[in-house]
Amino acid sequence: MFDFLSDYDNPTLLGAFWMTVKLTFFSGIGSLIWGTLLAAMRVSPVPLMRGFGTAYVNIVRNIPLTVIIIFTSLGLADVFGVTMGASDFQVRGFRLAILGFVVYTAAFVCEAIRSGINTVPLGQAEAARAIGLTFSQTLRLIILPQAFRSVIGPLANVLIALTKNTTVAAAIGVAEAAYLMKQMIENEAQTLLIGAVFAFGFVVLTLPTGLFLGWLSKRLAVKR
Amino acid sequence: MKLRKVSAAAAAALVLSLTATACGGGDGDNEGGSGSGGGDKIKIGIKYDQPGLGLKEPGGTFSGFDVDVATYVAKELGYDANQIEWVETKSADRENALKRGDVKFIAATYSINDERKKSVDFAGPYLLAHQDLLVKTDSDITEATDLNGKNLCSVTGSTSAQNVHDDFAPKANLQERSGYSECISSLQSGAVDALTTDDSILAGFAAQEQYKGQFKLAGLKLSNENYGIGVKKGDTETLNKINAALEKMVSSKAWDKAVTDNFGPANYKNEPAPKIGVIVK
Repeated sequence: MFDFLSDYDNPTLLGAFWMTVKLTFFSGIGSLIWGTLLAAMRVSPVPLMRGFGTAYVNIVRNIPLTVIIIFTSLGLADVFGVTMGASDFQVRGFRLAILGFVVYTAAFVCEAIRSGINTVPLGQAEAARAIGLTFSQTLRLIILPQAFRSVIGPLANVLIALTKNTTVAAAIGVAEAAYLMKQMIENEAQTLLIGAVFAFGFVVLTLPTGLFLGWLSKRLAVKR
Repeated sequence: MKLRKVSAAAAAALVLSLTATACGGGDGDNEGGSGSGGGDKIKIGIKYDQPGLGLKEPGGTFSGFDVDVATYVAKELGYDANQIEWVETKSADRENALKRGDVKFIAATYSINDERKKSVDFAGPYLLAHQDLLVKTDSDITEATDLNGKNLCSVTGSTSAQNVHDDFAPKANLQERSGYSECISSLQSGAVDALTTDDSILAGFAAQEQYKGQFKLAGLKLSNENYGIGVKKGDTETLNKINAALEKMVSSKAWDKAVTDNFGPANYKNEPAPKIGVIVK
């Protein structure tokens, strides 16, 4: 019944899920960095930066991910010639997809971190300023370390959503799990069985992530 | 005050949408009832997005070779053109639509293969298509080996894309997109050198008004795709009737007319009508 699973070598079942993991990993790191910068902008004393952060988050998180991903391929690559230093379409698609995921997910990471910043009592920032720390020092040394510890739970949700969102990359030909699923359904005519196999694959990927980060968030939460 | 107004409006909108969906549901049930009761309508599965084969026009009418064949077959089964209810069956839904009985039969670029034969029965074949390349009119690609090192476009997960990887041109730079229209626009802009899928589908696109004269088929015959009409597994009665209808369509020359009408402008050199039950490997 499951014998078809071994018939595919381009990509293999494990290879396809490995691609999903790679997409999630690189996009996750990228959006954590970009999202943190955005959060810093949104709470910064400079009005221009605050405005940019607010506008970015409100625009980007309201654009469907599919539109962003297809735009990276049809718009950025084909029209503007942005190839991310890759001549091969597979590599190009992979990098463009990561770019798209970072652009999109960073908006949600930013909002999660900003909610964490709001849990840090105002007095701490005032005290930091009183001993002569600059804004970036206050943020780096006082606010963000406490903020991150309180938003591990919400960030875990963003990461799980990102893992599932990587399936959109199939639209621009990145050979990840959803891509292989399309191939299999095209050939095998067993929609339900194949759907179940891939659903199970994603549960295997995301369930441990959720359990681990949930445990971590309980352990590290700042008790006030 | 303002808040109350907003919530009242929202409540009104909710009630409206609820009644609207309720109506929709009721209609669906009625249609289902008369369909399965063998009444005055027949449901046929086609594709809505393939010019030249099965296309839903902006005005709500349907055109294409699959549509013409299905209309002819339905007529032989005793249904006039206005008794046909077209149902969109995307590639992934086809087997289940037949199993559930959503449609009587499916004529939707449905290639006969062994895997699919396990879950549905096929009448026909009614058209022999080949995987081919669509290139710009001035292109110098004439053989499959010319593709190595070139940029090629196809649709994610499609059989054609898999064939390129596995057989013809493993060294070609294959870009996979979610639809053929996206590939066509890349071909037009020069971002890719060729677009590959069945020649009948390519001919349908090239024959569209806005692309006339810009593209040509390379004529490579990279594979054999035997398009069949899918019916529910075990429904031999319908299967035999459809086969008889297809034979009549070929012998009465209506088949040739349908081919010329739908693929003519693309200079598509079609194969002669296939014999029923003969599958070209």
